[in-house]
Amino acid sequence: MIENLHLIIDVCLLAFLVLIAFTAMKVTNLFVATMLFGIFSFVAALLFLDLDAVDVAFTEAAVGAGFSTVLMLAALRLTGAVENAKHRHSALGLFIVILTGAALIYGTADFPNMGDANAPVHLHVAPEFIQLTQEKIDIPNVVTAVLASFRGYDTFGETVVIFSAGVAVLLLLGMGHVEPKQEPEQNTVLWIVVKPFIALILIFGLYVQFHGDFGAGGGFQAGVIFASGIILYSLVFGEGYARKVIPSEILPRLAALGVLIYGVTGLASLLSDKPFLDYNALSSNPVAGQHMGIILVEAGVGLAVFSTVLLIFYSFSGVNHNE
Amino acid sequence: MIIDLLSDICLLLGGFFTLTGAIGLLRLPSFYTRLHAASVTESLAAPLLIIGIMLDTGFTLDSAKLVLIILIMVVANPTITHALCRAAAHGGNTPEMEITSSDKNQSQTEAELSGKESK
Repeated sequence: MIENLHLIIDVCLLAFLVLIAFTAMKVTNLFVATMLFGIFSFVAALLFLDLDAVDVAFTEAAVGAGFSTVLMLAALRLTGAVENAKHRHSALGLFIVILTGAALIYGTADFPNMGDANAPVHLHVAPEFIQLTQEKIDIPNVVTAVLASFRGYDTFGETVVIFSAGVAVLLLLGMGHVEPKQEPEQNTVLWIVVKPFIALILIFGLYVQFHGDFGAGGGFQAGVIFASGIILYSLVFGEGYARKVIPSEILPRLAALGVLIYGVTGLASLLSDKPFLDYNALSSNPVAGQHMGIILVEAGVGLAVFSTVLLIFYSFSGVNHNE
Repeated sequence: MIIDLLSDICLLLGGFFTLTGAIGLLRLPSFYTRLHAASVTESLAAPLLIIGIMLDTGFTLDSAKLVLIILIMVVANPTITHALCRAAAHGGNTPEMEITSSDKNQSQTEAELSGKESK
């Protein structure tokens, strides 16, 4: 019964995803399309949650449904909300799309069935990770152990990718300069409600950051949540005031510092004749070293993600004010 | 036993209000009335559903977390509705304030409403 229930929920959510995707394609109002993308991400997060991938669901909800939507809205302020009415139907394009789609569907035929216990990933990689996490790292959340320790190289790459995305946006748009308005628009209800909420969001961000070893979450999610607290402040009280709290000049430095913390943690193990990012070298007790390494690396990721996310938001909203 | 029954009642009521909210969102004529229907879902149906779940799970850490979620929802959702209303009014979407003092007026409004619905 329970198995069937999960299957029904999955199928419903997948059907929703398809419907939302088609609607987003059809809609010409970009504002509506942005909202549909947000809903799409949120339904995807629900799907991940139903598949017991809590960390992925968390990231999808924070980044896909939360931050991306805000970013798209900020971009819409610059572009306008209506799509150009130029719909050319090219036969070649249709052919390529059908070919690619067919190739992709053909590719899925090689996949193991969903939940197949004999799938290669459940026979070789997963048991090893689960066993080694208990033996060598000793934290409850296997995802964090895989992300920060076993696959530390990949995560380092991801952090650098996020950092370079921030740098690219900074080079293209610049940060702009926004002075706080002399008299912010009076909006008592929002002000009163939002103030404690910002505090809650920031505390929750820190909780996710430092609780990543034990529960769902980690540096990526915490960075986005912490940044969304500042973005909320900026949306309600005005861009200029947010820039007084966290000046735009320090954001690129903070992002670089985050990547630097990650890299230096790797170098520290290299200096004591261990492989790059081998946290066993950080302390005389290997398990304590792993704990320390994971906390350091997550802090670096959190700092880099937080400042990059905020930097991109500042860049997008700064352009409008310059003109 | 009674708690199970209460939990069922809460869940059913929550489902009912979600349904009415969804129907209202689709059927009601103007932005503000639709927002009203949507806010019923957020501020009444969702807490009812969560209370139903809480009664089912019993007195655990999970139900404490659910209490927090209810608190956040009850404060945040009306605020979001308020902000949406403000934004709509700011953007020039003024609500239709027709005071139905006589029957004639009322029938006019109804005619208008049904006219819009059929669109």
